Amino acid sequence: MSDPNSPESLRAGAESEEQFLSPDDEIMSSEDVREQDLPDGEVEEIDVDLATVRPELADAATVAEIVAADRTVHAEVGEPLLRMEGVTVKFGGLTALDDVSFDIRRGEILGLIGPNGAGKTTAFNAMTGVYRPSSGRVVFDDRPLVRVKRNEITRLGIARTFQNIRLFSDMTALENVVVGTDARHRTSVPGAIFRSARHRREERDAIDRGMALLEFVGIGARATHQARNLPYGDQRRLEIARALATEPKLLCLDEPAAGFNPAEKEQLQELVRKIRDDGFTVLLIEHDMRLVMGVTDRIVVLEFGRKIAEGLPAEIRENPAVIAAYLGVPDDATA
Amino acid sequence: MTTTTNTPASTSGRPYHGVGDRVRLWWDAQARPTQWLIGVPFIVFIAFLPVLRIPVLTTVGTDFGSVMAQFGMIALVAIGLNVVVGQAGLLDLGYVGFYAIGAYTVALLTSPDSPWNLTDQWLSQDWAWLFCVPIAIAITAISGLILGSPTLRLRGDYLAIVTLGFGEIVRLLADNLTTITGGGQGLKRVAYPRLGESTEHPDGVFSAGNSAPPWNSGLWWFWVSIVLIVIVLLVVGNLERSRVGRAWVAIREDEDAAEIMGVPTFKFKLWAFVIGAGIGGLSGALYAGQVQFVVPTNFNVVNSMFFLCAVVLGGQGNKLGVILGAFVIVYLPNFFLGRTDLFGISIDGNTIASYKYLFFGLALIILMIFRPQGLLPARQKLLAYSRQLYQAARRAVLAGEGRTTPVPADGTVDGRGPAATKDGGER
Repeated sequence: MSDPNSPESLRAGAESEEQFLSPDDEIMSSEDVREQDLPDGEVEEIDVDLATVRPELADAATVAEIVAADRTVHAEVGEPLLRMEGVTVKFGGLTALDDVSFDIRRGEILGLIGPNGAGKTTAFNAMTGVYRPSSGRVVFDDRPLVRVKRNEITRLGIARTFQNIRLFSDMTALENVVVGTDARHRTSVPGAIFRSARHRREERDAIDRGMALLEFVGIGARATHQARNLPYGDQRRLEIARALATEPKLLCLDEPAAGFNPAEKEQLQELVRKIRDDGFTVLLIEHDMRLVMGVTDRIVVLEFGRKIAEGLPAEIRENPAVIAAYLGVPDDATA
Repeated sequence: MTTTTNTPASTSGRPYHGVGDRVRLWWDAQARPTQWLIGVPFIVFIAFLPVLRIPVLTTVGTDFGSVMAQFGMIALVAIGLNVVVGQAGLLDLGYVGFYAIGAYTVALLTSPDSPWNLTDQWLSQDWAWLFCVPIAIAITAISGLILGSPTLRLRGDYLAIVTLGFGEIVRLLADNLTTITGGGQGLKRVAYPRLGESTEHPDGVFSAGNSAPPWNSGLWWFWVSIVLIVIVLLVVGNLERSRVGRAWVAIREDEDAAEIMGVPTFKFKLWAFVIGAGIGGLSGALYAGQVQFVVPTNFNVVNSMFFLCAVVLGGQGNKLGVILGAFVIVYLPNFFLGRTDLFGISIDGNTIASYKYLFFGLALIILMIFRPQGLLPARQKLLAYSRQLYQAARRAVLAGEGRTTPVPADGTVDGRGPAATKDGGER
């Protein structure tokens, strides 16, 4: 054989490997005896060349189609998806949410804003089952969320990202997303041990959908990077991809632009719109008024645990109560 | 930055350095059949180590075959405990309890000293051990379920304390239920597989009476444990590369985030506990068969700590790592036993051996300072069909290195090419 390091043989090796790998992917029974990668912290992360692995993902429309939410959403745009009905949340003597009611409508981007401590995150946690309201109720998709476990809420169709990023940092980007897709999977222990037909089908679907999701949020090439080694912006994107992987009807983004520069915020706006256009309903909790005004369809404003305004971005911008809440009220006005 | 397929890896930060990384990279790049071709002879080589009697390696003070048999059992324990501690991140300090339940299940069902002995009724003595192994696994798995259901709602330190208590409860029960377990006297004449009976070995090769090295019972039990280890590795590996394994790692990394991402955390924690317990029970059954004598003192809490050491030392979450850890734990103390010199330096092996815990503790401290992730740190592969992706990513490094530095061995570039394995098969 010629010099193994020559560019020719490199290319030849790469090509024949490709042919060989596809059938070999079927039989993975002895992976156990394989040694693993590099230790933490000494990892040189390498990008995947998507053109060779998943050429079909080069087309944005195909990606959007794979990622897309349930198509029936289109028929019901504007109908309420989630209703907050007089929700009150108390922590001891502190009332964090006081009789808050609003709707999230199918196919919209709803902005939830308010000054620090207004109860945005509390409202969010009440929706996703982290806190139980002391009175009032949350109705999602015509089903009251009472005594529903947190993992079941995800399966009902509410997914969220975290204000302070909470990825599974030892896992690769793709694995993080696949954990999200697992929310829809039903393989259990015996199926996994004996590699049942369902397990194999679900694994393949998970990787296909996972790769499409990563490409959708714009980090497809970094699929094999460990989450902890991703740049900050990509970690935020990965969180969104992981949440979308659970096939939610409602995607809740908790301050997704925190720590972003203006250019990144611009890209995030585009991504959020792209998600909405793909059939998802989005709840956006955000500090940054420019971002909120630029991307949302409707806005709900909280202050001190109460809803003080609700309406279109243009209306909210002019609303005196909102301006007062954000800028404070001049002394002479109160006098 | 977009794709870097044509960027040499060595230009961007730290490339794959070090011997271990080289080996990993080389091994990962091999085609599946090649891996088997290398793996199987290696396992056979390990299996025949007690027969080959390599001078520096072979223990002096005790029979090497028996040491390896013990290693096999502890390796199984470590693999089981790794599921609980390494994968799911649940600190279990009472794992010896499951080991004991497995051993006592076999002993209670087959020892003539036990009130529940079945061998004098309908169960043939010859096959009693084999028959009891699945029973032992089932009973330990159920005990894991019983322990796990209430306690897995606890987290971290609280779980550790509860499991610690469990380990002690099992031992104290074995010690005090004298009418059933024989108390401190233990249960003798536990059944073992009656195979290979001849004039030379009237009780078969698995009998504790077969003690003439190298073809003694220790060697035979070592072989049994190797077979079981391979089977268990396949099972655990399949779990790892499935929804279940991913759920475990997600729970270990961030339990709340996992729950919110739709992982039924309690269910999968319970599964980890049950599977870990079952493997511990299997190892206990193996132990009961090999020693043919079960007493409570063999199931001290100290053993739990040793099992945990094997896992932490080897590398939590890495199956091969914990096997290496088990080997170190079992082999090192025995290595010094009975030696009078080491590489020409005269030592008193028995004296050193009596300080084994001291050295052991020192070694652990040093290891945890310099290599806290263990000897072979984990980097899980949690997806069953993503090989293509990893290969596509790796190709860039290999290609980059091939251009910038001379590649060690023919392994990296040429050897990984399936052209060599598939078409030529030789190079």
